[in-house]
Amino acid sequence: MEILQNLGLGLATAAEPVNLLFCFIGVLLGTLIGVLPGIGPTATIAMLLPITFGFEPATSLIMLSGIYYGAQYGGSTTAILINLPGESSSAVTAIDGYQMAKQGRAGPALATAALGSFFAGSVATVLIALFAPPLTEVALKFGPAEYFSLLMLGLVASVALAHGSVIKALGMIVIGLLLGLIGSDVNTGAQRFTMGFLELADGVNFVAVAVGVFGIAEILRNLEDESDREVMVKKVTGLFPSKEDFKAAWAPVVRGTALGSILGILPGGGAVLSSFAAYTVEKRISKTPERFGKGAIEGVAAPEAANNAGAQTSFIPMLTLGIPANPVMALMIGAMIIQGIQPGPNVAVEKPELFWGVIASMWIGNLMLVLLNLPLIGLWVRLLTVPYTVLFPAILAFCCIGVYSVNSNAFDLYAVAAFGLLGYVLVKLECEPAPLLLGFVLGPMLEENLRRAMTISRGDPTVFFTRPLSAGLLIVAVLVLVVVFLPSVRKKRDEVFQEE
Amino acid sequence: MQINTRDAAAGVIFIVIAGLFALGTQELTIGSALRMGPGYFPLVLAGVLGFIGFVTLFKAVGKAQSPMTGVPWRGLILILGAPVVFGLTLRGLGLAAATALVVAISAYASRRATFVMAASLTVGLTIFCVVVFSYGLGLPVQRIGPWLTF
Repeated sequence: MEILQNLGLGLATAAEPVNLLFCFIGVLLGTLIGVLPGIGPTATIAMLLPITFGFEPATSLIMLSGIYYGAQYGGSTTAILINLPGESSSAVTAIDGYQMAKQGRAGPALATAALGSFFAGSVATVLIALFAPPLTEVALKFGPAEYFSLLMLGLVASVALAHGSVIKALGMIVIGLLLGLIGSDVNTGAQRFTMGFLELADGVNFVAVAVGVFGIAEILRNLEDESDREVMVKKVTGLFPSKEDFKAAWAPVVRGTALGSILGILPGGGAVLSSFAAYTVEKRISKTPERFGKGAIEGVAAPEAANNAGAQTSFIPMLTLGIPANPVMALMIGAMIIQGIQPGPNVAVEKPELFWGVIASMWIGNLMLVLLNLPLIGLWVRLLTVPYTVLFPAILAFCCIGVYSVNSNAFDLYAVAAFGLLGYVLVKLECEPAPLLLGFVLGPMLEENLRRAMTISRGDPTVFFTRPLSAGLLIVAVLVLVVVFLPSVRKKRDEVFQEE
Repeated sequence: MQINTRDAAAGVIFIVIAGLFALGTQELTIGSALRMGPGYFPLVLAGVLGFIGFVTLFKAVGKAQSPMTGVPWRGLILILGAPVVFGLTLRGLGLAAATALVVAISAYASRRATFVMAASLTVGLTIFCVVVFSYGLGLPVQRIGPWLTF
């Protein structure tokens, strides 16, 4: 059994004391920022990216991924207890979770969320282990034409699955692609769009873009409304769900896990979409849909399982193809590049201990999270009393130091300010920043593969349609785009996201 | 005739960015599909973005106005200024003083900032950052910069 061997290697890597420690730090930080509204995993990982520079590659990725799935656990705690989702992926959990808490059943709601997440996390870990190797095999056979088509599909799908205006999301992707091209052209060495700044020769610093567009813009948005956060928490008593709760919750957990695992793999998917979709499905198939919104345990179990499953399976395209499914995965790719690892199918072949170590660490991390969350819930909730006025100067200071430490370059800090402004203006105009970051990471890859494919085909653009795999991918991309613009589908899509 | 200013502004921004990048490709070789020069792909993208911009603008016409929240001007200036000040002073003042400046500036970005809170935050966070980043993680920046040593 090769897979057992691989998982064994992964567990051995993940269980090294240093990796265990940083896995713990990762999930702890993840829970922390999950509980705190106003700071999400994207901004946190962007800030911490530079610090991981000195770590072993495996250690750094283990910690950063811990932050991501840890945030899914933390986000649900506050959603249930005070109707304030710490993360957008927990927004639907708040609907029924908070009602349960009001009825004095906060304990079972929290336990269902944590145990459901753990189940989903374990299943997703196995799924990654099962599906990553065959996908890697396929990816290794990809030529430039296939890669180009795959990237196109990824970009299109990320728009289709994002919420908000489709046309504006497309615009954001193209802006991201263009920003990604700034710097020296790899083929000719020509300086592109650098406006004479030597600092831009290597391109715009990725961390500066991420911190500016997500971190700074987020702080500014929070400063718009500084009203008091009412924190009133009743004592949580009776943590364990009853037999009836278990009976009602297990099937939604399984369905949520399945749905989340599938949606997580899709570009633009991941935790947020998964939880919304799982809630909608449960409500639709339930025999008593009127209970939803009034404390139905299914409404907690399914989305919580789904968001954790989705968070984890979104690692599959990142690890096997080097293509990020969401901004957090784009940051992971950034982390690999900082470490000098070329993301893509070769990672699994050349660095099996990194590849499998990260996968195995997710299961260990999920176990830590259950232990961290259930007994310590009181402690996490008390964190909410930290006012935002104290929080954001700290965030800003960490951002500044973090960005500077990537290149020891003051120019990057000016870039942070510029991208913070751009990000805030775009958010104000209801343009989602996530597609921009995806485009930014994928821009150079897209151009490189386009050029190589065209050189190989001697300038014949039909190459993308005559190679079957490439043609298939492009057809799917076109179909996705057509479907999104169909009026009936648009209505459904708006319905799924409206409950936010 | 009504027009959704938010969508219209997004469209205009798209067009402006597309225009700037298209201008930037002027000094680059465009090349052909077979031998793409450095300007080829950006020019195509700029064209696509310009098109998307016009579509966005076109669709904004006749769409109802959507409510807009206010802009926290004081926060905007201070929060965007903080990283710039940090960049300008880090080498001169050193990590400790530059961090203190960032925290002090950003603390006042909130409308509810008080002097006591800003001061205690500044002291606390500066000590924390210097301990963690300089002593702990070995960030290669002087703790006390040349401007402060005599």
